[in-house]
Amino acid sequence: MIRVEDIHKSFGKDHILKGISTVFDQGKTNMIIGESGSGKTVFLKCLLDLFEPEEGRIYFQDRALQDMDEDEKRNLRKDMGMVFQGGALFDSLNIEENVMFPLRMFTKKKKDEMLDRVNEVLSRVNLENVNKKFPAEISGGMKKRVSIARAIVNNPKYLFCDEPNSGLDPRTAILIDNLIHEITIEYNMTTVINSHDMNSVMEIGEKIIFLQDGEIAWEGDKTQIFKTDNKSITDFVYSSDLFKKIRDIQLKEG
Amino acid sequence: MKYLQDIGSYFLMLGTVFSHPTKGSVLRDLIYKEIDELVINSLGIVAFISFFVGGVVAIQTALNIDNPIIPDYLVGFATRQSIILEFAPTFISIIMAGKMGSFITSSIGSMRVTEQIDALEVMGINSLNYLVFPKIIALLFYPFVIAIAMFLGIVGGWVAGVYGGYSTSEAFIRGLQNDFITFHVIYAFIKTFVFAFILATVPSWQGFYMKGGALEVGKASTTAFVWTSVLIILTNFILTSLLLG
Repeated sequence: MIRVEDIHKSFGKDHILKGISTVFDQGKTNMIIGESGSGKTVFLKCLLDLFEPEEGRIYFQDRALQDMDEDEKRNLRKDMGMVFQGGALFDSLNIEENVMFPLRMFTKKKKDEMLDRVNEVLSRVNLENVNKKFPAEISGGMKKRVSIARAIVNNPKYLFCDEPNSGLDPRTAILIDNLIHEITIEYNMTTVINSHDMNSVMEIGEKIIFLQDGEIAWEGDKTQIFKTDNKSITDFVYSSDLFKKIRDIQLKEG
Repeated sequence: MKYLQDIGSYFLMLGTVFSHPTKGSVLRDLIYKEIDELVINSLGIVAFISFFVGGVVAIQTALNIDNPIIPDYLVGFATRQSIILEFAPTFISIIMAGKMGSFITSSIGSMRVTEQIDALEVMGINSLNYLVFPKIIALLFYPFVIAIAMFLGIVGGWVAGVYGGYSTSEAFIRGLQNDFITFHVIYAFIKTFVFAFILATVPSWQGFYMKGGALEVGKASTTAFVWTSVLIILTNFILTSLLLG
């Protein structure tokens, strides 16, 4: 569980996050949505401790990030997995070495044990026979899957995903969404996904936070999103005709 | 003001490079990889340039001597002094600022652009130690490159001098042995170690702190070459004044 209390973040005169408070539950896919420039990425980077908020506190379980010393933070990061927008796979390492990387860094496992674990997670993300390929030799969807495999290989407690299905075809995007959702339940992780893809939100959004201009404008789940009258979120979600029609049907069906 | 900030940022980077070390077994593999990429892969171009520049130094020295009172061994002597004191340590380092420097900046800069450095940070790894420290250790072997440059430069001078008919082998070798001062070699290697540190760290700093996309990676590589060269030239002047002046 991650609890966020009133965090503020500015860059120079730009006040990006204006007092965000929320809770991300364990075993759920928590989604942060919002328009470009709403502060989603800054918020995610604050959770990852890549940016330090000027005010507010972020609790991982019951321990505030702001009270941790460098060693505690380093230990916390070993419990975090991150799926970057572009995958962020290491170009100089092959797929097997990329996925094995956190194990090599943080465990004392033997090479065979590490290899077994790598094959297990690669198989979990439906990737086989790619171990010796390099990131430049595989497709965008495969890169995302390798990135997910690398993020979960060390059994993290927290999984963060930045636009995990951007640049993917709709079918692969749904596969990636479902994969993240299944893995979240399977590993009982606290998963936070930064997205502006409404398909993802409708598919796996168990908790949804809508950010607007650095503040939480709406909070709920994927069933409540169709029923809300909050203008900010309806303007955002129903900018597509398809979703307007889905909403009409949902409302008619009660 | 920006220059002061940059200098401060460079020294802060150095502090971080030597703190929170990466796991030993991983670091060892990274050092081997860097030795291969930075040192071994530079040998070909260094050997080629040294051999032919050594030859040119010998030919030009011979062509500019037409006074009969100047001893015939001067071609070998001048070639040795030019190669050991300046060409091998300083000018090879400036060439390496272009080759190694742009490689270091563009590889680290590309990692920055593609969020690979963020990925390291998120995992709790000291990315500066992971990326820069192995390069500094690998370039402790850089003096071997310079030793090869010295040897091949002199061989090139001998081949051009003797086979071009500008000197006899006996006179050239006498010139190489004449007035040999061991400290000149020590001075050259002291310079080389300092240049190696500059070659490893200045391009790394440029790559690590660059902002933007692919275009900025290219700009950072060019800037890295310029600043590395400037620092090598300045350090060369200071060390020469201190050690030989």
